Amino acid sequence: MIKALDKKIIRRLQEDISITANPYKEIADEFNMNEEELIHKVKDYNKSGILKRIGAILYHRKAGFNANAMVVWKIDEEDLDRVGSYMASINEVSHCYERKPCGSWNYNLYTMIHEKDRESCNKIIDNIACTVGAKDYRILYSTKELKKTSMKYFG
Amino acid sequence: MDTIDKKLLNLMQSEIPIDKRPFKILGEKLLITENEVLKRVNKLKNEGTIRRIGGIFNSRKIGYVSTLCAAKVPENKIEEVASCINSYNEVTHNYIREDEYNMWFTIITHSEKSLNSILEEIKNKADLDEIISLPSVKLFKVKVALNFGGDDKN
Repeated sequence: MIKALDKKIIRRLQEDISITANPYKEIADEFNMNEEELIHKVKDYNKSGILKRIGAILYHRKAGFNANAMVVWKIDEEDLDRVGSYMASINEVSHCYERKPCGSWNYNLYTMIHEKDRESCNKIIDNIACTVGAKDYRILYSTKELKKTSMKYFG
Repeated sequence: MDTIDKKLLNLMQSEIPIDKRPFKILGEKLLITENEVLKRVNKLKNEGTIRRIGGIFNSRKIGYVSTLCAAKVPENKIEEVASCINSYNEVTHNYIREDEYNMWFTIITHSEKSLNSILEEIKNKADLDEIISLPSVKLFKVKVALNFGGDDKN
């Protein structure tokens, strides 16, 4: 069970942590806690898996990754675990999920690939398709980011 | 952006230590001072390379449910539909992609019931014939970091 104070701290950690020497001191002050106590709590969230990590989230395009492809694959059910694990093992694949198909959209495996340009992106995708012998797949390049935020849990 | 910036970005995407002096520890790894780290990180944040520094949570462990959605939106309605969809806090990502299904967005919320009602509401408000919802069944990989080269491969 996540307690009220923990919810408040989790909500706060979804905002920016200041880029200063003692960032947790600042947050601890906001909650009238001492720094050690707060750090202990944050470590606990991390250990229990609620908090994946404290880290930096980047703007892909600003960082020079201009080709962002979602590739959707139709893979036979009996091959799905093997193919999914294989695709996950490829360095350039950042995300790989099995998803439940919906109506006529019958793709069941989803991968994300971020590269500098489409040429190198397509090459990687071609290679994957050849290796797994996939015939039915689509490449969906993103052309515009309309929204990207983090979820405000307990917002 | 020089090699040290790239190494910093690689490190910080994977993990910033949960410690009283997190930037000091990062500096020790790169053999630069804490001040130098703070200067560089502030610059990367101000110029927009870094979107946010903070906590990244596991939505399932927190008890939330999520799905990936797609809709076919005519070119001349994209702006209007996007502003309707984006007005929901539960919508965290929304992209235009090159396909018949051109608008792709994610919904994260606290229950299955809330998820379905948001989907229904969006469909009505944005006047869409169909929204496909593709919840994940199995996670094979989420890679934490984009690799910026340098020695620190993630």
